[in-house]
Formats: sequence, C-alpha cells, structure tokens
Amino acid sequence: MELANIEKLLEKYLNAETTIAEEKMLKNYFSNGNVAPHLEEYQALFGYFSTSKQERFTKTIQLNSKKRNWKWLSVAASVILLVSVYNGYENIQQRKAEKVYAQTIGALELLSANLNKGNAAIAQLQHFEDTTNKIFKQPKK
Amino acid sequence: MKQSDFLKTVMPFKDKVFRVAKRLLVSTEEAEDATQELLFKLWKNKEKLKEYKSIEAFAMTMTKNYCFDRLKSKQASNLTLVHSNYKENGTSLDRRMELNDSVSKVHELIENLPEQQKLIIQLRDIEEYEFDEIAKMLNLKPTAIRVSLSRARKTIREQLLKQHKYGIS
Repeated sequence: MELANIEKLLEKYLNAETTIAEEKMLKNYFSNGNVAPHLEEYQALFGYFSTSKQERFTKTIQLNSKKRNWKWLSVAASVILLVSVYNGYENIQQRKAEKVYAQTIGALELLSANLNKGNAAIAQLQHFEDTTNKIFKQPKK
Repeated sequence: MKQSDFLKTVMPFKDKVFRVAKRLLVSTEEAEDATQELLFKLWKNKEKLKEYKSIEAFAMTMTKNYCFDRLKSKQASNLTLVHSNYKENGTSLDRRMELNDSVSKVHELIENLPEQQKLIIQLRDIEEYEFDEIAKMLNLKPTAIRVSLSRARKTIREQLLKQHKYGIS
C-alpha cells in the first residue's frame, strides 16, 4: 500500500476515526517488514496488538464449583459431629451408670458386712443367755 | 441449557474475557481466577442468558465490573498493583530481557493509562470490537469512547515517539 495512504490512515487512527477494517489494514502494513523509517515507532504498537491477541485462557473451565463440595463436606462433618456427640453422650451415661452401680455394690457390701458383724454379736448374746440359764434355775413351768 | 451448550456459547469469547481481565488486573493468576469466576457466574445464571441479545457483550460488561470491583477492594486494602508486587510465571530474567524490547514498552505504556482508556484500547485495538459494541459493554456513548480512545492512542504514540528519538540520538 502506498505510504501516503498509510499516513492518512494513521492520522485517522489517532483521532479514533478508523473502522475495524482500516485498522486491520494498518496492522497488516506494520506486520510486514517494509515499514517506512519515519513510521517505525508504530511498528511496536501494532505488533504488540497482534501478539496480545494470541494470548489464550489455558485453564480448564470448571463449572462444578468447589463451593458445592464444601457444602457436602460440611453436611458430612455435621453428621459425624452429631454421631460422635451422641456416642460420647452414651459413653458418659454408661460410665455414670457403672459408677452408680459400683457405689451401690459398695454400699450393699458395707451393709452386709455390718449385718454379719451384728449376727456374730447376736450369736455371742445367745451364748451369754445359755450361761445365765445354767447358773440360775429356771422357774418351773 | 445444558453444560455442553453453555461451553459452546462461552468458548469463542473466553480468551477475550481472560485478556481483558489480564489487562486490568495485570497478573496472570488473578486474570485466570477472574475468568474462572466469571464463567461460573454465567453458568449459574444460565437461565437468564437467553434474555440478553449478546451474551458476549454481557460477559464483557460483567468482566469489566468484576475487575473494577477487584481493583477497588485492592486499593481499599492498600494493595495497589504496581510492578513490584506481582510476579509473572516466567523467570524474571526473561521478563527483564523482554522489557528492553520495544513491544513490551508498549505494554508498559498501556499499563500506565487510566483504567477506562486501558479498557477501551484493549476492547478496540486488541479485541477489535465495534464502537457500538464497546458503548453497550461500558454503558457509555460511542462519542465518549471515541474521545477516550483517541486520547489514549495519542498518549501512547507520543511516548513511543519520545522513546524512539531517545533511542536514536
């Protein structure tokens, strides 16, 4: 393309009056090596535009967000928490029951031991009475 | 709308979304996150998409809004995007070598433009949208866009010319 035309286009370009097609023409002109020396500063500009357009989004698009996973995780966590709290509660209850049982057993043992002691005392009392009976005559019946 | 249909409608412009996001957010990772987030948002609102004449234009508007929001929240937390606090994936040596290149100088010049002009340059000169489309995306009048674009192009050109002369003499 003739130089005068390019210059005119550049003038329009700076005033933002070029169309997309005209801007493409400019890009083409500056992408082939033969650029007039006094227009060299534009070469970097249009070159940059062309290379910038090559950049791609390379990551895979993720539509199932991580957020939903978190939601499920929280549900699972709360279930586990509930179960473990329930288990712990049961455990505590059982331990309490065991403690009460042991205490009752202890109390009963204490009672029976004391009762046996009492029995022994009663047996001695019997002995005492027998001796009294021997010494003192029993009134006749 | 099924997932495959959705992907078919989204595929043609996902790169554009990514490039626009990268232009505004600067870092590649941020732009990738933004693209992912936006596509997911579109997918969630898939039922409403039929109401829009151009899904692509709608996606671009969403991208613009999303990125501006991100930038605002960054500024609020005193984290401005400057060259020092982001890292490109590639090695820094490569990057420095590149920066000597005049093409990368252009990148820097565009980066220094105001957000709006940056966005318009991206949409027009790189993505090659018509003025009417850009006007719809940005909710501005076509004339306002022309003015903004002209200003941006002239700024870049002036800077390039300055550097060019500097390089020769």
